[in-house]
Amino acid sequence: MTMDQAIHERESQMEVAAAPSPPPILAVNNIEVIYDHVILVLKGVSLEVPKGGIVALLGANGAGKTTTLKAISNLLSAERGEVTKGSILFEGHEVQASSPDDLVRRGCIQVMEGRHCFEHLTIEENLLTGAYTRRDGAAAIRRDLEMVYGYFPRLKERRSALAGYTSGGEQQMCAIGRALMSRPKMMLLDEPSMGLAPQLVAEIFEIVARLNEEQGVSVLLAEQNTNAALKLARYGYILENGRIVLDGTAEELRENEDVREFYLGISSGDRRSFRDVKHYKRRKRWLA
Amino acid sequence: MLFFVEVVISGLTAGVMYALVALGFVLIFKASGVFNFAQGVLALFAGLTLHGLLTGTVPFVHTVNPAWAMPAWLAILTTIAIMILLAIVWERLVLANLVNQEHIILFMATLGLAYVLEGAGDIIWGSDVKVLDLGLPQGASDYFLDTFNLYVEKLELFAAATAGVLVVVLALFFNKTRIGRALRAVADDHQAALSVGISLRTIWVIVWSVAGIVALVAGIMWGAKSGIQFSLSLIALKALPVLILGGFTSIPGAIVGGLIIGVGEKIAEVYMGPYVGGAIENWFAYMLALVFLLFRPQGLFGEKIIERV
Repeated sequence: MTMDQAIHERESQMEVAAAPSPPPILAVNNIEVIYDHVILVLKGVSLEVPKGGIVALLGANGAGKTTTLKAISNLLSAERGEVTKGSILFEGHEVQASSPDDLVRRGCIQVMEGRHCFEHLTIEENLLTGAYTRRDGAAAIRRDLEMVYGYFPRLKERRSALAGYTSGGEQQMCAIGRALMSRPKMMLLDEPSMGLAPQLVAEIFEIVARLNEEQGVSVLLAEQNTNAALKLARYGYILENGRIVLDGTAEELRENEDVREFYLGISSGDRRSFRDVKHYKRRKRWLA
Repeated sequence: MLFFVEVVISGLTAGVMYALVALGFVLIFKASGVFNFAQGVLALFAGLTLHGLLTGTVPFVHTVNPAWAMPAWLAILTTIAIMILLAIVWERLVLANLVNQEHIILFMATLGLAYVLEGAGDIIWGSDVKVLDLGLPQGASDYFLDTFNLYVEKLELFAAATAGVLVVVLALFFNKTRIGRALRAVADDHQAALSVGISLRTIWVIVWSVAGIVALVAGIMWGAKSGIQFSLSLIALKALPVLILGGFTSIPGAIVGGLIIGVGEKIAEVYMGPYVGGAIENWFAYMLALVFLLFRPQGLFGEKIIERV
């Protein structure tokens, strides 16, 4: 099944099940994040991820995507960042006060930007660290290890290689597989496409789609690769300068003229002039 | 020939002693990438505490029970408990506030810990040399004396056996257990370890506790050999070349490095010493370390320095 088919199938399934909307697994309400007590990075970001959904968080470098994800997974405090306003609800419970390991135990795990595999551990050991918080016994962990190898056959081939010596694609798979080992309900993927060949990006995104479908993992995907992200996600938010400036279903965003122009690089018809850029900036301010 | 063998053996046994101290360094370095300057003082402090508990020289104890002494096993267990408590306090007060700081800052913190512990040890237990009597085997081994006509201390054989056991246990702990894997993960990447739900604070308490226990073993061995004295904290410096040789991250490396340094400096002292007026033992280890730094900076068994292009 190609990715597009998979997505279509899912969309049609969605339409059937869409009628009563279940409470979102993740709700971020108007959060503000300040680093080092002075640097205001997020200026009121709100978003929602429905249970079992894939939502994309799009935006350029420095827009605040990573900060948003780290605010959710509570990794901010290690970088002297702080959520000063708003609230984050995971499965209906406030999570700002809980530690990152607490959140992993509850089923919300982040796959960090730049992969961050444990270089001096083998691929298999890397995957096993993902199961650190689990208490359900070695047999269950073994089973899940095989499940991860099922999704990423390439990792099985390289299971005893030091992660530091594997390729970028393999490391990204390792990072996702490692997160999967914690049996998450929700994964926060931070730029899984970074530095990878388009073919690999497609491969990894397809696996994410399958994980979502077969394992029921909800996904919040922060991406710069708007095109690929909007193929995978059903809903998207666009983040600029620490603010959400646009949101809508993947379809709507793909059709939106500004998104086409500035994020997808497709201009409709003639080459546009600088005036339109200014028009866009004005629009943006109005939206924010 | 017999003389040479005796020199080598005395070098090996000295090497085991270095290795015991170096082991503690390796533990902390593996789990946090920090060179723990306080490891030698930790050994000293553990030794002093154990001695104090054994002989009942704990401060204020006379107000409770003047003729108080503990049996050896209880004293050792209590000392282990104190080392673990120390690890917890140290983590709460200092390390918890230094998450995600540069390694050099953590290193400076251990330097501070070294002075605090040394001072505390001095105030609580006094600065005189103490004889640690745990009933460890003393004197020459009859077996070696009768069969090979070699003089080998029983205590040194005991220390070698202890070091061997310690290495096997630690190697299994690091490579086969969940916590051990987590320790290595933390050493590689703090942030990623946090992201998969490894609590840095727990890991730090564990690793400092283990280092404290290893320090206690080193303290016992050194104490039985030459008494517990404050120069013990300086042995930490001898552990540095041992680590450079063996590799900062390798537990077997600490042992092999210790043995090479021990044997090397004894042989150099005995056979080269007379030509340069002696006292080679004091600097030979550092020179050897320097040579290693030039040609194999990760040491004999250290983790490969992974560089991808």
